Amino acid sequence: MLRKRWTREIPLHLIILPGFLFLIVFSYLPIGGIIIAFQKFIPAKGLFGDQQWVGLSNFQYVLELPNFSSIMWNTFYIAVMKIILGLFVPIVIAILLNEVKHAGMKRGVQTAIYLPHFLSWVVLGGIFIEILSPTDGLVNKVIQLFGFEPIFFLGDNKWFPITMILSDSWKEFGYGTIIYLAAITGINPDLYEAAQIDGANRWKQTLNVTLPGMKMVIVLLMVLNLGNLLNAGFDQIFNMYSPMVYESGDILDTFVYRIGLLDAQFGIATAVGLFKSVVALILVSVSYFIAYKVADYRIF
Amino acid sequence: MPVHKKNDWFAIFNYCFLALVALLCLIPMIHILAVSFSSSAVAATGKVTLWPKDFTLASYEFVAQRAAFWKSMIISLQRILFGGAINLLLTIMVAYPLSKENGEFRFRSFYSWSFFITMIFGAGLIPTYMVIRQLGLMDTIWALVLPTAVPVFSVILLLNFFRMIPKELSESAYMDGAGHWITLWRIYVPVSLPALATILLFSLVGHWNSWFDGLIYMNNPSNYPVQSYIQTIVVQRSFSTMTPEEAKLMASISDKTMRSAQIFLGALPIICVYPFLQRFFVKGMVLGSVKG
Repeated sequence: MLRKRWTREIPLHLIILPGFLFLIVFSYLPIGGIIIAFQKFIPAKGLFGDQQWVGLSNFQYVLELPNFSSIMWNTFYIAVMKIILGLFVPIVIAILLNEVKHAGMKRGVQTAIYLPHFLSWVVLGGIFIEILSPTDGLVNKVIQLFGFEPIFFLGDNKWFPITMILSDSWKEFGYGTIIYLAAITGINPDLYEAAQIDGANRWKQTLNVTLPGMKMVIVLLMVLNLGNLLNAGFDQIFNMYSPMVYESGDILDTFVYRIGLLDAQFGIATAVGLFKSVVALILVSVSYFIAYKVADYRIF
Repeated sequence: MPVHKKNDWFAIFNYCFLALVALLCLIPMIHILAVSFSSSAVAATGKVTLWPKDFTLASYEFVAQRAAFWKSMIISLQRILFGGAINLLLTIMVAYPLSKENGEFRFRSFYSWSFFITMIFGAGLIPTYMVIRQLGLMDTIWALVLPTAVPVFSVILLLNFFRMIPKELSESAYMDGAGHWITLWRIYVPVSLPALATILLFSLVGHWNSWFDGLIYMNNPSNYPVQSYIQTIVVQRSFSTMTPEEAKLMASISDKTMRSAQIFLGALPIICVYPFLQRFFVKGMVLGSVKG
């Protein structure tokens, strides 16, 4: 019996083998490369070459940088605001969209708001640079139409983080809306009928039936977003920032890119990356644990 | 739900508001399209809003004559072909064993944790870059395709789908003498075509939209896939790849219309397939994000 079990099992190992090998080479080998964070790394000597060990001095160097605290703050601030807006806007739109009875209208709106999710930040960055231009951009034309001064959204430290937060919400709210809409569809229609008989108007029905019905999905997505607390959005910011707004727009990821690949300070950049990964790991573990406890959410 | 008379004002407001929201999502794209079809003189003064003024195809003609643009398109096509095929194949081959019960496949937990950990803990930019470099993949298409060969998120999606396939199917195949390999390709794969289509689409869109890996793993800009190419032209506004003849041509059209044309061309494949595929994605997203 034992032998039979093995002969039945070995093909499973063979089937998973190619994927597993890719995993080892392209995911675990780089994780081994984290040792760079503790070295004065010279690229020419290779990843596992004879490098000079420097202990924690790379970490110390970063922590003592004068702009490190502002980078941490920017990352945290932009990420948190994106999470809050990314939660709030889709819920409101989903509830409003659920009130729409005309099927064509409903589908049309869904199609339109879901589209930006599929476009890359390169394309959207290009578009935003054009339409936010202070001299001839579409947005500033509208602002001037109402008699206000044009705003340099991407070049002004006061406006840059807000622009990042709003444009990210603009790109992703359609995706969130569709998830929440699915949750609303799953609510038992009897509950609405019962509420109506009790004399609840549409607003009361929303408060007492729709929102509680969505509670589980809201909590779940909120908790899962926790893991993204240090991901303020490299793709987006990299495609829209400039030295003018480093002060308010530089986040951990853009910082790693600049000191790592542009200044070739591999050890320091890896140290920052490792710091970020460890924090993310803790946050994700905690949030999955909470999701499991609260919503009985499991990945497998 | 019966519509109450007094709520009609709400309905009207709601329809108008949602229509406005939908328009806000489309206007930026429409504006860029209008600019790309306008003559450079009008576009430069910012007079174009949502409809082309002084209609011309000059900027598209210019882009069409740029060898570097076509080269990047071809590289992107290669990328989505190879990338999509490898992603799909490996997703199937990883998801099948992981969909088995612990008793049937004893190291299942070990494997699933190995895959899952890579989703929540990454090595970061520099170590990954060093590995790609030391494997000699720089400046080859494999640097763009192999690092993401196994999309773990898709694996989770598919293994959950595989689990819903009735056990009787594979058991009867086993009785008829089929091994795992045959069962996988003859039973599981044909039954899972909708899920596989979703996964493939995810992968194709992902490969089409990637730009950062092209930027860092290609030392030579002539190896850029199209999104990396657009990034250098449109966002960095670097025209280092331009030949003298192209520079002369360029003088006759404005920077702005040419950038708009390339932005639009970079988004075009997605916009073309989007209406047909949206439904697939909606299903896939909901399946993957909020399962119990």
